[in-house]
Amino acid sequence: MTRAAWVLAVLLSHWRRHPMQLATLLVGLIAATALWSGVQALNQQARVSYDRAAALFGGARTAMLIDPAHATFSQAAFVKLRRAGWPVSPVLEDRVQVNGRSVRLLGIEPVTMPTETASSSAIARNDLHAFVAPPGRTLVAPETLRDLGLAAGAMPRINDSGELPPLQPQPQLAPGVLIVDIGVAQRVLDKPGQISRLLVGKTTHNARDLPDKVAGTTLQRVAPDSETDLARLTDSFHLNLTAFGLLSFLVGLFIVNSAIGLAFEQRLPTLRTLRACGVSARLLNVVVVIELVSIALFGGLVGLMGGYVIAAALLPDVAASLRGLYGAQLPGTLSLQPQWWLAGIAMSVLGALAAAAASLMRMARLPLLAAAQPHAWQQAQRRWLWRQGVLALAMLIAAIGILVFGDSLLAGFAVLAALLLSAALALPVLLDSVLRLGGKGARNALPAWFWADSRQQLPGLSLALMALLLALAVNVGVGTMVQSFSATFVRWLDGRLSADVYISAANETQAAEIRRWLAARSDVTAVLPGARTEVQIEGAPVEIMGLADHATYRANWPLLRSVADGWDRLHADDAAFISEQLSRRLHLDVGSRLRIPAPAGDWSVDVVGVYADYGNPKGQLAVNIDALSRHFPDTPQTRFGLRVAPEHIAGVIAAMRVAFHLDARQLADQATVKAESKRIFNRTFAVTAALNTFTLGVAGIALLTSLLTLSGSRLPQLAPLWAIGITRERLAAIELLKTMAVALVTALLALPLGLLVAWCLIAVVNVKAFGWRLPFQVFPMQLLELLGVAMVAALLATLLPILKLARMQPATLIKIFANER
Amino acid sequence: MSADRKISRRGFAAGLAWLGLGGARAWAQGFAGLGGEAAGFARVVPGKRFVFPDDFGAHPEFRIEWWYVTANLRDASGVAYGAQWTLFRQAMAPGPQREGWANQQVWMGHAAVTSATTHQFAETFARGGVGQAGADVAPFEAWIDAWRMSAVPPLSNGTFAPLQLTATGTDFEYTLRLNAERPLVLQGDHGYSRKSERGQASYYYSQPYFTATGSIKIGGQSIAVSGPAWLDREWSSQPLAADQTGWDWFSLHLDGGDKVMLFRLRQKDGGHYFAGNWIGRDGQSIPLPSDAIAMTPTAFTDVAQRRVPTRWHVAVPSRGLAVDCTPLNARSWMGTSFPYWEGPIAFHGSHEGVGYLEMTGY
Repeated sequence: MTRAAWVLAVLLSHWRRHPMQLATLLVGLIAATALWSGVQALNQQARVSYDRAAALFGGARTAMLIDPAHATFSQAAFVKLRRAGWPVSPVLEDRVQVNGRSVRLLGIEPVTMPTETASSSAIARNDLHAFVAPPGRTLVAPETLRDLGLAAGAMPRINDSGELPPLQPQPQLAPGVLIVDIGVAQRVLDKPGQISRLLVGKTTHNARDLPDKVAGTTLQRVAPDSETDLARLTDSFHLNLTAFGLLSFLVGLFIVNSAIGLAFEQRLPTLRTLRACGVSARLLNVVVVIELVSIALFGGLVGLMGGYVIAAALLPDVAASLRGLYGAQLPGTLSLQPQWWLAGIAMSVLGALAAAAASLMRMARLPLLAAAQPHAWQQAQRRWLWRQGVLALAMLIAAIGILVFGDSLLAGFAVLAALLLSAALALPVLLDSVLRLGGKGARNALPAWFWADSRQQLPGLSLALMALLLALAVNVGVGTMVQSFSATFVRWLDGRLSADVYISAANETQAAEIRRWLAARSDVTAVLPGARTEVQIEGAPVEIMGLADHATYRANWPLLRSVADGWDRLHADDAAFISEQLSRRLHLDVGSRLRIPAPAGDWSVDVVGVYADYGNPKGQLAVNIDALSRHFPDTPQTRFGLRVAPEHIAGVIAAMRVAFHLDARQLADQATVKAESKRIFNRTFAVTAALNTFTLGVAGIALLTSLLTLSGSRLPQLAPLWAIGITRERLAAIELLKTMAVALVTALLALPLGLLVAWCLIAVVNVKAFGWRLPFQVFPMQLLELLGVAMVAALLATLLPILKLARMQPATLIKIFANER
Repeated sequence: MSADRKISRRGFAAGLAWLGLGGARAWAQGFAGLGGEAAGFARVVPGKRFVFPDDFGAHPEFRIEWWYVTANLRDASGVAYGAQWTLFRQAMAPGPQREGWANQQVWMGHAAVTSATTHQFAETFARGGVGQAGADVAPFEAWIDAWRMSAVPPLSNGTFAPLQLTATGTDFEYTLRLNAERPLVLQGDHGYSRKSERGQASYYYSQPYFTATGSIKIGGQSIAVSGPAWLDREWSSQPLAADQTGWDWFSLHLDGGDKVMLFRLRQKDGGHYFAGNWIGRDGQSIPLPSDAIAMTPTAFTDVAQRRVPTRWHVAVPSRGLAVDCTPLNARSWMGTSFPYWEGPIAFHGSHEGVGYLEMTGY
């Protein structure tokens, strides 16, 4: 044991002499763990929230009965099913305004609520009497209570009408939801005897016993975990984050790998001496592993803290994105589970061991007396390059294969991964070819040496260069995608938000008053009525929009493709435009027919056009508004768009606000709606951009550490040059030029690779994840900018070793000749 | 006989405690107001004249009420089974009945089927006011979900028969027809059943002379059965005493035609309070003095991490009764929100017969 301790002390002394190396090793470990665990923390937080929401709403985990044609139905169905022995429980739900904020009001029946939905959240069970007996309780998550600016016990009004029972904070509740007893919900929503859905429990009957359609009712069963599942909708978003986290982790491991490689190289004499002193190879190996694991544990712990900081910093953006895109509510504060810490530490240790595997293997086979000098490097390198090339080709073929045959989001990411890996593996081969070409052109001895030496440096630098390549390529890819989205989104918003003012009246009576009021005004050029309803098609919710026949729509609607007389047919026939998402999901296109379940019987429509509907997780279809009212007579006619000359917009809004007491949610001008939409969109990609920057930073560190590693071991190559009269400054300049040249070639290669990545993201990943495809655009300025950033990063990474070389004591260079190396 | 269903009532109240319906607090408050009135609820006073069929239905102005049936059944080859059907009502608040979801009644159902080898049970809850559970007078029907106790017209107001009884659980179901030739038995003093020296009382009548015929389904097998059954109807507004820890309650169908109800109330101080009624073949129900009853556990069973006395020696020397009671299934555990032991028994000794045993607080 003492022997092991002594060996460990000897090994550790290395770090004391090379603190910079220890620092790089730790930086690598910390960066890898921090980025990975930060992303995992975000994902975990989101998943816990979804579970909370799902358990609460009975949305995903519980089967439900809904009326496909109506938002609500009579609670007589509840009693009827209960008395037939079905374990159902009623829920009434609606969005309401509280203190100017929109929240979800959920009326539940705690006594019959299936235990599997209630037990996980333990809502209402602890004080049922207070919850159901007048005045009742409004349960709310503490963060939502804060957001609403209300205190516990307050009794706010909803929609400026009904008064809610006293608010009571419940920490385990999902945010953005108010929970009341179903009786209270029916009263404040003015829906006596109405329910939105029935949760189906598992207590007395098998779920399969419950038919898809319940006889004697129009109710339809929605199986648990259907398309409406929030977790599944957001899966793509989290997969995105995970992919980035993993990439950062791998880049971090590149650093660890090069740092360990360097340490091993430098400790060879020590190791050999220890072996010669009688330390067994086994003991040496064990001690080295212990040392590595200890360092990894320390780095992992620090990395976890870093991960926590990263996650906490990104959480607001992630939460905003998820809310904006999917309506998913995330609490604003991070709460982590023990598994997260364990998984983070395990990743750190396993990653360090993987990164050190090559060095450990070499050490295990270390011949006792052999010299450390690499033999016949060129021959070894040729074999290595050949192997890399073959592997790269194999990965490329795999990428193409998955692209052709794969048909899922995971396959999309697999294509990306295979493509990036293939490019990374091919990089040394390509660089070698470029350098060989350069070498052929060289006439003088020094340039010839320059090229040849660059080639010899390749194996040592290649890992760092690969990291740089990957980081750059992903940056280019994501940047291009975000820019494409940005450009498209703005145009699309202009098309979709073609009216100047948007109004949503509180009810039909008010809507009629508003219409009369508007008709009397001369500054309103047109009133475009709108209506919206929702149905279930193939088990997924689909929105139906009613469009008025107006030139505004004809001019602006973002149609992707349509029949020649699309607009005429839309307004004359049983016809519909469908959103791109719906078109992909139901495999429909222009010319197809679609059956829409309607209260008065199915409604068959011709698909006469497909339009872009970015960012909407639900499918959508647009029909003529009169046809919509005919088939869905209950659809409220409370929405309008107004065409108003720009100079009158402010006046009209102000007048309406006074006349009808409409708040900001009910009355908005186009500019505000657009700004809001863009804000949501921007935050969506803020996370991606932040992770992107991190990755690039880590790649820069990888390059720096690799160069530091090389600078030490390359002295034997440089010393003879110095001895024949080339100054240190000149040598440093040559070194700088060499590294920059290699980095430039890498960066140049990264650009087309990045564009390929962007194409993959836009044409494969986005389509699978969101159901829409953006037009692919290239932004040359952005590419140039990234190229510049890459070169600056390379320059910064090169600077330190170069300065070291330029200032090197001649004695150090002379020593090379005395040394055994 | 009066206090027998306190056991179940306690079970019910504790079940509601699990649901948070006031629970332990309401319980304690009830004790605080002991002897006084449960504010706002109707009072139980001597001299009530029972009117049927009105008193078959619910009495929502009282705090608590139950419909309780136990049946000792046998199939054609003599194999024994037991069936239990209970419906409880509790008012969360006094006052006029509110409409719809605002209604203050909460209902709970328990059902079980027992054989020598299995004991299947189920539990369900409902709120009043919407029709998921209730007890109507004409035509008589007491129900919760798909469980029903309903009149098979024409219903006799004197015998409360014939009735149809059904319940379904995950692994069992039964449908029984209950017939009776003899009239209902009013417990206590003409249905005024005193429960303590401190003035607690309930309205209480029984039909111990039911004959059940029908079928039970257990283990996927449908079995034709018949045998004696016992119904209790009781309602009250007052809770139990604070120092009571549990109950051991017996209903016995003596082969000679007499019916006996006995219970032991276990107290915190280790003492027991005994009570019971002897209901003769002539329909006369005579209270037994406390010191006339002896109940001694003779064997215990470990069930659900508890030690429950499942064999008993029961004696009423003044009536010449000295029997050893054996459970049909020693594991007749009701793992409901408030768990208890309830199952059919057989007894031998001075008299032979079958009955039901209910034990709480273990």
